Amino acid sequence: MRSVIVGCGRVGAGFAELLARAGHEVVIIDISTEAFSRLEPDFPGTAIRGDGTDEDVLRRAGVAEAEYFFALTEGDNRNTLAAQLAQETFRVPNVVAKVNDPVRAEAFTALGLSTLCRTTRLIDDLGRYMGLAPLPGAGGVHVAVPHVHDDEPAAATPGREA
Amino acid sequence: MYVIVVGGGKVGYYLTKELLAAGHEVVLLEKDPRRARQIADEVGSIVLARDGCEGKHLAEAGANRAAIVAAVTGDDEDNLVVCQMAKHHFAVPRTIARVNNPKNEPLFRHLGVDEIISPTRMVLGAVEQDIPVHELLHLAQLEGGELEVLEAQIGADSPAVGRRPADITLPDGCSLFILIRDEVAQPIRPETIFQDGDKVIAITRTECAVDLHRELIGGEPDPELVA
Repeated sequence: MRSVIVGCGRVGAGFAELLARAGHEVVIIDISTEAFSRLEPDFPGTAIRGDGTDEDVLRRAGVAEAEYFFALTEGDNRNTLAAQLAQETFRVPNVVAKVNDPVRAEAFTALGLSTLCRTTRLIDDLGRYMGLAPLPGAGGVHVAVPHVHDDEPAAATPGREA
Repeated sequence: MYVIVVGGGKVGYYLTKELLAAGHEVVLLEKDPRRARQIADEVGSIVLARDGCEGKHLAEAGANRAAIVAAVTGDDEDNLVVCQMAKHHFAVPRTIARVNNPKNEPLFRHLGVDEIISPTRMVLGAVEQDIPVHELLHLAQLEGGELEVLEAQIGADSPAVGRRPADITLPDGCSLFILIRDEVAQPIRPETIFQDGDKVIAITRTECAVDLHRELIGGEPDPELVA
């Protein structure tokens, strides 16, 4: 099962290792080759240098045949563009974008894109550590049902917590 | 008309000035405070040093009453986010995005951006207009440059249209050998009738290329393209 990851930062690299060692076929993309030094020397996946928001780069990475796609760069907007290319252009069935701005994360979940928000996640974790009640909807990936884009815009589908 | 411009680069700056001059109500969002101040010095307090990708800043700028949001930053991903937020959260009737990578156009359109302006595509269009399409394409050289393999595209005004190979006066040492019609390659037979859109692969002595051009394409080749 192929998973494509855009962004070889700490999260991207660590997650790529985890998936690859669990037997997934992993392709990781980053715009800088230096970022790949975060991977172990015996990383069992494929690393591709390129812009993960460029359709041609994604095609070369085999996104069209991917089951999973994760946009994990440091830029919220880059992540939403890459993820929407994967979801709408390449029809990848499972797409997650890291969106650290909570407002934008919620907005894109409402638009049919599954998001993961580090900000609300950390706030919730710290709150729990202090014995506070969990933040509603803070944990995990907010899975959205992709909209069907026809001439008629599909009705907003509320995000559901996975 | 109330227009929100996002991105105070060259495009956003001149766009804002032109819109103001035309009497429109304009607010410009530019996230770099230095650049924002620089533009504000010239056009006044309609410049907000805010990131237009953030919903709350769009709200502050009055996106809910804007007739148009124009996202003209240099980054496609930012322009897409601005337009998606404007369209879906503020119900802005018309969103305009500058797109640098022409390959992003279908996605932007698909995701509901109303107008897509691609400077890359425009320049490309202008360049392509200057490239003559009806020329011989040099595919390969054989025998140390004595012979050439050429492709000729037959257009509607080509003298070869409606004629058979035998009706075409070919120079010595020149032969037509493959026809590509509807993307299918086929041999050229005596009964073949050439038509508009055909591509003919020919082998010719290099010095006869001009004659071949006259017979298959019509007219003389562009002197700049004759090696």
